Amino acid sequence: MADLALSPLRPRAEAEASRLPPLLAQAELLARTVLLGEHGRRRAGAGDDFWQYRPVQPGDSRRMIDWRRSARSDVQFVRQREWQIAQSVMLWVDPAASMRFASDKGLPEKADRARLLALAVAILLVRGGERVGLTGGTLPPRRGEMQVTRLASALMQESAEDYASPDMSGLIPHGRALLISDFMGDLAPLRDALTAAADRGVRGLLYQVLDPAEEAFPYTGRTIFESVGGTIAHETLKAGDLRARYLERLAERKDALDALCQATGWRYGCHHTGESAQSALLWLHGAMAGGGSA
Amino acid sequence: MILGPIGFAAPWLLWALVALPILWIILRAVPPAPIRRRFPAVALLLGLRDEDHVSDRTPWWLLLLRMLAVAAVIVGLAGPVLNPRDEGTARATGPLLILMDGSWASARDWAAQTAVVDAMLAEAGRDGRPAALMQLSDPQAPVFQAADSLRARVPGLIPAPWPVTPEGMARAVDLLGESAFETRWFSDGLDAEGRASLLEALEARGPVTVHESPRAVLALTPPTLEDGQIQLRALRAVPGPLREISVNAHGLDPAGVSRVLATLPMTFDEGALEATGALSLPPELRARVTRFEIAGEAQAGAVSLTDDGLKRREVALIAGRDDREGLELLSPLHYLAQALSPTADLLEGGLMDVLPANPDVIVLADVATLSGAEQAALLDWADKGGMLLRFAGPRVAASDVSRSEEDPLMPVRLRAGGRTVGGAMSWGEPKTLAPFIEGSPFQGLSIPDDVTVSAQVMAQPDPTLADRVIAQLSDGTPLVTRKRIGAGQVVLFHVTANAEWSSLPLSGLFVQMLERLAVSSAMAPPDAAELAGTTWQPAQVLDGFGRLADADTRPGVAGERLLSAPLGPDLWPGLYEGPERSVARNVIAAETALSPVAWPARVPVEGLERAPETPLGGWLLAAALMLLTADILASLALSGRLWPARAVAMLALALSLGPVPEARAQDDARALLATQELALAHVITGDARLDDTARAGLRGLGQVLNFRTSVEPAEPIAVNLERDDLTFYPILYWPISADQPTPSAEAYVKLNDYLRNGGLILFDTRDADVAGFGAATPNGARLQRIAAPLDIPPLEPLPEDHVLTRTFYLLTDFPGRYSGRPVWVEAAPPDAEQIEGMPFRNLNDGVTPVVIGGNDWAAAWAVNERGDPMFPVGRGYAGERQRELAYRFGVNLVMHVLTGNYKSDQVHVPALLDRLGQ
Repeated sequence: MADLALSPLRPRAEAEASRLPPLLAQAELLARTVLLGEHGRRRAGAGDDFWQYRPVQPGDSRRMIDWRRSARSDVQFVRQREWQIAQSVMLWVDPAASMRFASDKGLPEKADRARLLALAVAILLVRGGERVGLTGGTLPPRRGEMQVTRLASALMQESAEDYASPDMSGLIPHGRALLISDFMGDLAPLRDALTAAADRGVRGLLYQVLDPAEEAFPYTGRTIFESVGGTIAHETLKAGDLRARYLERLAERKDALDALCQATGWRYGCHHTGESAQSALLWLHGAMAGGGSA
Repeated sequence: MILGPIGFAAPWLLWALVALPILWIILRAVPPAPIRRRFPAVALLLGLRDEDHVSDRTPWWLLLLRMLAVAAVIVGLAGPVLNPRDEGTARATGPLLILMDGSWASARDWAAQTAVVDAMLAEAGRDGRPAALMQLSDPQAPVFQAADSLRARVPGLIPAPWPVTPEGMARAVDLLGESAFETRWFSDGLDAEGRASLLEALEARGPVTVHESPRAVLALTPPTLEDGQIQLRALRAVPGPLREISVNAHGLDPAGVSRVLATLPMTFDEGALEATGALSLPPELRARVTRFEIAGEAQAGAVSLTDDGLKRREVALIAGRDDREGLELLSPLHYLAQALSPTADLLEGGLMDVLPANPDVIVLADVATLSGAEQAALLDWADKGGMLLRFAGPRVAASDVSRSEEDPLMPVRLRAGGRTVGGAMSWGEPKTLAPFIEGSPFQGLSIPDDVTVSAQVMAQPDPTLADRVIAQLSDGTPLVTRKRIGAGQVVLFHVTANAEWSSLPLSGLFVQMLERLAVSSAMAPPDAAELAGTTWQPAQVLDGFGRLADADTRPGVAGERLLSAPLGPDLWPGLYEGPERSVARNVIAAETALSPVAWPARVPVEGLERAPETPLGGWLLAAALMLLTADILASLALSGRLWPARAVAMLALALSLGPVPEARAQDDARALLATQELALAHVITGDARLDDTARAGLRGLGQVLNFRTSVEPAEPIAVNLERDDLTFYPILYWPISADQPTPSAEAYVKLNDYLRNGGLILFDTRDADVAGFGAATPNGARLQRIAAPLDIPPLEPLPEDHVLTRTFYLLTDFPGRYSGRPVWVEAAPPDAEQIEGMPFRNLNDGVTPVVIGGNDWAAAWAVNERGDPMFPVGRGYAGERQRELAYRFGVNLVMHVLTGNYKSDQVHVPALLDRLGQ
């Protein structure tokens, strides 16, 4: 870090900036695949655009009857407008060192995939008219295309520590949240954060991004495992023997996350960097939309 | 030290094997080094303990591998030798006679025999035994002398090209003398009369040991010609397993170099003593075969020389009048062709056309006068051994040939007019033939009664006439006369070759007479009567190894002995030349049979070879190296580090397997690259600057296409004509340089295929001067040479209404860096007419396969990486305009390639509009 700090600001900034457009472009591209054919909110609600006529039901006030349409037939109709309401969605992408890992050259780092998904979801939300921001008060939710650019640059920030937990300050009550991480750190802060969020009526998604190697544990022989930041190490004489127990613990952790979500009314999803980002985005989009209506 | 068949040079090193168990213990105790790995989920691992704390040791099989490697190193360094020479055999004493058959059959293992003989003599020399050497093929009295001095003779021993004869063995018995000695008999493995008595005589003088090569004796009998195929028969002495041999036909190729003209595989079936095969060769090739040889058998019996017997005679038929269409049976050559075609090769054509082919026989049927040049050429040919066969006829009878003085190409003088007997307007009966006189080549042929002669040309009585008549009529007038010219001869039949003058051509006698004259065949071997009194001069002789050598000063052989006498020092196998023909005498005759020797059980028979000493150290060390390599891989696999190692191994594997799969992968990659998107391609000329310019030019053109049209080409591709597949590229840009190599024949095949199937090549001589019919510049000359083998249609300068002028832009000029020179394209069909009211002619379909010009387009198109032009074009704005036009030409060209004559169809637009009533 020292030599980085010494080097002039501008080249560093350029190097950083050069990563931004590809991320933006990728996220745009990814978002576009979902946007097609998913126009509108597809439900009646408060808004300006016409949605549908429906027959009058008991309980509808007379003011709601659309006389112009009703005059053309014997039945009274109510004119409905398409639901248009802006929600605030807060994103959190794990900036910790543990995310900067790829087991194979052909695979993206977990952090890359997490940022890509977060930004693509953000683009989709912004296009849908939602306000998107980051948790922890770093970027308050706003709408508009500029917000996407701000989000992209904010997402590029990385942290040196090994594991991180979400800072849930600055949550808008009854808003929505998306937390993307590998959730390999301590679960207690996460539990606190989720409980706090649930208390404020915030619901959302926990999205776990894992490397295929973390899921398969394909190691054998005498090995010293080190965390990416280098703070934690574990030595074993026979890595192969640990596989079963490791996988057990991983499953336990996933169950714990799932249970946590169910307790707080959140949803939990898991994604591997070996799989396509598009399916992940579809799931996220569906989950965000579906969760919004529930 | 010797263990079984293996001896050790440094046996004390084997003590090191004791240390192996210690190594075992050490290796087992040391666990492998750990590997450090980044793993984010390490938090989940914390607190997990290893179940088995001692298990991470080297597994037993890896230990065994290492043990084996170390053991192999130790044993390898100890110097193991397979089949070491043991010196423990009992030694005989007393004089030693080395008796060698020395026949053609011994030649198959001569080197091994002489090596053993040499070793034996060396041993005898060390033991102080006197020794003698005797060859049964040419027995001389054995002289016992110091073995060392005898050794000097061993390298000079050669096998004789004839078999061991009973007489030779009888002589050997007489020469043996009375003293006692031990005998080592190197037999050739073939039985011959007298071996038993010789063996008895030898055993009377001391112990006898026989050495015999286990290699089978193969022999080839002389080839025969049946049904136009050469029948070959190979023999072997001992019935053995299935064996395949191949027989090579050696001969001179047209350039006069001796080479293998044909190869015939033959198979000895299991247990069979002979293999047969038929070789079908064109007569021209067959006539050139000088010998057949079993491949890989260096001995005289496996060689069979050919003589005239294999040759079909080449006969040239020339008639005086051949313009009588349709009257086949009256053709003067019909009966000759019928008689000769089964056995001879017929040549037809003008006299001066067939003479260079040097036919054996030229038949002139009723040809009277010959021009001076023809006569001189014929005389020259006859002088060298040609046979001129002439037939009389109305023309000869009417001409003055050989009238007042003898024509050099006529055997006799002729009287004017000839005579007719037995016709409607003459007295007498048609004449019959008189019996053939003594000394005539036809002597002995029976004359059918129905052969009659009704007309003939008459010979002038001359002093020489009697000698020249070889057949006459019953009234004594000559029917056939003959005269020798140098080595050749001229024969005149005084009748026609068709049935007009006599019924002779209708009879079987005619065929027999032609045979006797050696017109139709020289195949029959000469019989004893023919050979009597003649002397045959050896031209080439065979030595024992089956090699042909010039006979030099060897004496001639009397004809009586040539074919019947046994081969020996005074009659070598080889090619003998006699009057008019040559005869081959082979080691193996048609009736020869090979039979193996049956040695009595009391005689020890040994082979020739002794198992050679084989040092095994190198193999063991190599095995150790391989084991260690396997150990490396296994260790890496065990410690989970094989992934990068696998890459290295794959690399090594790829290196060891050679570049082939890599090249194939490269090819696939190229094909994908070329087919995923449209790619413009240029030919690699070998000149780096030129290639770079071409590439940059195509890049520039590609950019222009990208900007202005719907064609979006990928990066240009450089094409190697020799290696790459051309089918993927719609257009090839081919700049010509003066020193460009000409493509190979295979490349031309590819190029022609490419041109025929719709490809377009843009040739650019880059010298602005192709219009003046090219050859004026070195580049133009080079282009002519390169394009000569290409399948290019007729060209013409690009006409004004060519579709290239309007495929995208409307152009009248096609400049590159140079301008104003015409561009050549495929010529329009000659019947293309401009129709009244049409702006253009309705020209040919399809795309011109070549566009040839010299305007250096690539340089005008070329842009560098930043998109700036690389070369200046013209001057100022006009130059930029010229560059723009060059781009437009490129766009038009690519459009032309991709859309064909689509724009040409616009020709019909006015007519269509008219029809629609607009």
